[in-house]
Amino acid sequence: MEHIRTPKVEQVKLLDRFSNKSVTGTLHLTATHLIFVESNSTSAQEIWILHHHIASVEKLSLTTSGCPLLIQCRNFRLVHFVIPRERDCHDIYSSLLRLLRPVSYDELYAFSYNPKQNDQEREEGWQLIDLAAEFERMGVPCDQWQLTDVNREYKVCKTYPRDLYVPITASKPIIVGSSKFRSKGRFPVLTYFYQEKKAAVCRCSQPLSGFSARCLEDEHMLQAISKANHNSRYIYVMDTRPKLNALANRAAGKGYENEDNYSNIRFQFVGIENIHVMRGSLQKLLEVVGTRSLSMTDYLVGLENSGWLRHIKAIMDAAIFLAKAVTVEGASVLVHCSDGWDRTAQVCALGSLLMDPYYRTIKGFMVLIEKDWISFGHKFADRCDQLDPDPKEVSPIFTQFLECVWQLTEQFPQAFEFSEWFLIQIHEHVHSCQFGNFLGNSQRQREDLQLKERTYSLWAHLLSEKQNYLNPLFSPSVAESHPVLEPSTQAYHFKFWRNMYNQYDRSMHPRQSILKHVLTLQESKRELEGTVQALKTKLQKFGVSTSPLKPQTPPRERSLPPRPQSLILGAPLLSRKEVQQEEDKEVFGEEAREDAPASTGGERTVEGSSATENGYGELMGSFGSKNEPGVVTLEFGVARMTC
Amino acid sequence: MELSEHIKTANVEDVTLRRPFHPALRGTLCVTSHHLLFSDRKDEASWQLLILLKNIDAIEKRAVGSSGTITIKCKDLLVLQLEIPGMEECLNIASSIEALSSLESVTEMYPFFYRPSHLTLNGPWGLSSTEQYYKQTERLWDRWRVSTVNSDYSVCPSYPSAVIVPREVDDDKLIHSARFRQGGRFPVLSYCHHRNGMVIMRSSQPLTGANKKRCKEDELLLQAVIDGSELGYIIDLRSAQQAQQARMTGGGFESKSFYSHWKRIHRHHERGKVVQESLIKLVEACSDPSHSVDRWLSKLENSKWLSHVHSALSTAGLVVECVERDGHSVLVHGSEGTDNTLLVSSLAQLILDPASRTVTGFLCLLEREWIQAGHPFQQRCAHSAYSHARLKQECPIFLLLLDCVWQVWRQFPLALEFSEALLLRLAQEVYASNYGTFLCNSEQERCAAGVKENTHCLFQSLLRPDIEEQYLNPLYEPTDLAIWPSVHPQSLQLWTGLFLRWTEYAQNMEEAREEVWSIVKEHHEQAGPDRTNNTLSTHCDTLTSFENLMDELTIL
Repeated sequence: MEHIRTPKVEQVKLLDRFSNKSVTGTLHLTATHLIFVESNSTSAQEIWILHHHIASVEKLSLTTSGCPLLIQCRNFRLVHFVIPRERDCHDIYSSLLRLLRPVSYDELYAFSYNPKQNDQEREEGWQLIDLAAEFERMGVPCDQWQLTDVNREYKVCKTYPRDLYVPITASKPIIVGSSKFRSKGRFPVLTYFYQEKKAAVCRCSQPLSGFSARCLEDEHMLQAISKANHNSRYIYVMDTRPKLNALANRAAGKGYENEDNYSNIRFQFVGIENIHVMRGSLQKLLEVVGTRSLSMTDYLVGLENSGWLRHIKAIMDAAIFLAKAVTVEGASVLVHCSDGWDRTAQVCALGSLLMDPYYRTIKGFMVLIEKDWISFGHKFADRCDQLDPDPKEVSPIFTQFLECVWQLTEQFPQAFEFSEWFLIQIHEHVHSCQFGNFLGNSQRQREDLQLKERTYSLWAHLLSEKQNYLNPLFSPSVAESHPVLEPSTQAYHFKFWRNMYNQYDRSMHPRQSILKHVLTLQESKRELEGTVQALKTKLQKFGVSTSPLKPQTPPRERSLPPRPQSLILGAPLLSRKEVQQEEDKEVFGEEAREDAPASTGGERTVEGSSATENGYGELMGSFGSKNEPGVVTLEFGVARMTC
Repeated sequence: MELSEHIKTANVEDVTLRRPFHPALRGTLCVTSHHLLFSDRKDEASWQLLILLKNIDAIEKRAVGSSGTITIKCKDLLVLQLEIPGMEECLNIASSIEALSSLESVTEMYPFFYRPSHLTLNGPWGLSSTEQYYKQTERLWDRWRVSTVNSDYSVCPSYPSAVIVPREVDDDKLIHSARFRQGGRFPVLSYCHHRNGMVIMRSSQPLTGANKKRCKEDELLLQAVIDGSELGYIIDLRSAQQAQQARMTGGGFESKSFYSHWKRIHRHHERGKVVQESLIKLVEACSDPSHSVDRWLSKLENSKWLSHVHSALSTAGLVVECVERDGHSVLVHGSEGTDNTLLVSSLAQLILDPASRTVTGFLCLLEREWIQAGHPFQQRCAHSAYSHARLKQECPIFLLLLDCVWQVWRQFPLALEFSEALLLRLAQEVYASNYGTFLCNSEQERCAAGVKENTHCLFQSLLRPDIEEQYLNPLYEPTDLAIWPSVHPQSLQLWTGLFLRWTEYAQNMEEAREEVWSIVKEHHEQAGPDRTNNTLSTHCDTLTSFENLMDELTIL
């Protein structure tokens, strides 16, 4: 709190990014959030920005109306304030600078966040995902694969989890020898087992082969993986880097497997670019889609030049290759990149998702993230810039994974139990530092931080509001008949994910959503059926027979379904639940507003559906009041239209 | 020449048919005057493919040994392959297709022969007329009238016989104004906004020419349109520069000094050949076998199709902004007033007017604003994206309209009563149809050819209850508000339902769509909120009375 010099500034203007619109309100600075409250009392929107979400703060040069402050967030929100007095602006600016650079983990929000659960509930939350059970589900340990305790004390590899699965024939000396020959000690271990063909997906880091070095234990290790699968004589070794990068690494004493030294391997480069290229690409993408009055041509050219979708496709291609090798050829595959925690995680996780319908359910997807990303040491703290930032380490690797999944949900609308809101919500919390799951860079570090004792699990929270993330089109029977997804890699399938990268630009979103509508229908149906049931039971208690009522032809009267619960949550701050709902409204533009308009003065625009927001071109008139905005009376029932 | 004289080989056996995502089939191929018929020879439930020859845009022949392959590219973007044993048969079939798919004479076309048993030719044709629209729109009665000055199509050959004009302007003035407008398309009423009585007018460009001619009657006509209100907007669908250049060739624009109460806004729209080429490039890009994202984006951009969608929706939004938000009347025109003008004015109506978002309303809108208003369908839709023929007057403006409507539907999936299926059906019918609706270029031509007497009306048949059901949007919930679409490029998308119609992708989407259907249906029928509500309230009533009873008992 000592960093906050000015907790409150009045008469602050919030400018819209894509139009000339602005609203005036009050800016509050708290220990955890920056809050903007619009002054206009009828439709007062509030914006809550978690300090951890702020990627950068910029103070622009003074203008006649005040001092502009530009805040860019990791969840792709961009806000532009104009603060009347420069001194206030500077105070906010320097306070934010300090607040968004926490110096120790203890300062992260997760350590102060309290969702009013008791210890037992918290513990249960952490026990939801059990990776040992997950391996059991895959059929491991089995006659060919076993749990090894070699890393119990994190002695062999600091960035791996304690429990690792290796071929039965891989003895401890082989493991230790192999780990010494692999970058950061990340030796080949099992991550997914395709029971039907006994084929394994293994992951590791690059070998320290340089130009000629070899390691017998490592060769043995691969041999052991190969032998564990009787269906195939060979294993694939996928180097997910472009060949050039792998070659360059040889000069540094690293590199890739020499096919002459390893028997029965098929070596393959798949060409996913490194974290720096990805960071730059996203940067370019965001610049394009943040441009005002963007033309279609500039949009498409910008999309192409950013290379973003090309990278997404490269990851998808690699995952498809992996899934095919395993499910069609029945071959085991070893995947690595440089350190084996970025591209390797992407490809293994996405590949498993293609092969196994379980990972396409809500619970299964959590397990997948827990396994391939969290436990195997994707460096969330570095990549998501949680603490002590090194800008060179930041990269949207996990975001890309989420996007690949989204692209799949677009191709297979019935294959996933969850909708894109689930993915967006996870993305939100990877950066929010509100829950313990993604803090730190490795399991070991998480244990040192005692996260399970001191913070809460995101998964429990997400499961508690599961109904918000359901995909109403999900069909388990499709999963049974087509367990393995075979996505098309036609270029036109790769689309820009507007709801992620422009999620806060309300004017862009469809005004009505089929998904939401169907969800609402289902929910109201469930509720009504529940009530009917309850009433029936009650009636029975009174001894009245409940002969089925004659179905009356219903007058097509329109009932207002309950609004679905919030989709993006902020923290239940200061325990002000109402306030939070306001924020949710702000967050999801198409959210239904069900409050009776009659009592609040009646005049409202259909959310987002006004001319000014759309910028069809200004009317250059000498004439006429240019009153903002084109107001349309919101009539009863129309609120539903926006749901 | 009789049509049958084009057919040298009517029947070929042992033909192999290949379609995307279907196994190859063997069967018999027949050519008739208007159809290509393929049927496999299994006796039971034999499968047939019937293609209107008019639907065929291009064919390619290839000889493989003694047999030949014909690739058939349809105007609805389907591509088929036929392997025909015997070179001669193959060439005969190909030449028959070529000749019969490009018939020029309207009365030889299939709608004049289509006689299904469930339809009769007697009876009214079409859904609406100018007079009907006038009768329905009470707001017009005071200041507007129906003029039949064009009853013999002499004032404007491309207008219908009746048009709506300001009451105070007599037919004489209309004739003068028509002489001052290209093709005689003087300003007529297209839409009257139910909320504030403001109107959308449309016309062609004024023929001011290089020496800035003026026409008092035309000025009076427009003055009468705004009648006392301070200002109207002219949305000129050309850039200011193009409008200037048009003067050199006798066209022009309404100058500020003569039309002082009208404010002109220029919005550039591509037309004619450019748009046709966009379609060709887009379809080509969609069938590109390369899987490179960069190549795809670059081709998509290069086609400019989405840019046209973007401009059309933006300008329609602008018109709506003038009418709904600022409360002014608008005149829309480009050059000829038969293409982009209709596109913009009809889109604006869809956004503004809840009545035009029902199935009937939408079809009426198309009938009034496209068919009766004289969009030259025959010229514009002679060829589609595959044809190698030299372009003449082809231009897929109507397809562009359907695409824009689709974009609006994407953004307001509950606001339209019809579904994507209707748009797809129309996209197909406009190029090749059993019905007479899209024949000819104007009412005058249709009259001369006897279209109304000798063909069936598509729109009427779409509205038969059993047919209409296929095209309903299960999620429809009417709203009275204007539905402003977002025109950020991020909000517009490729119409996959049309352009990727014959891919695997479309199948997944189809399944998903069916699922939505079934969920909503189940909701409506089995445990619909209405019925459950009723059950609920009945239960509640019983319960309350019992509780009262219990209370009394307790008291006793």
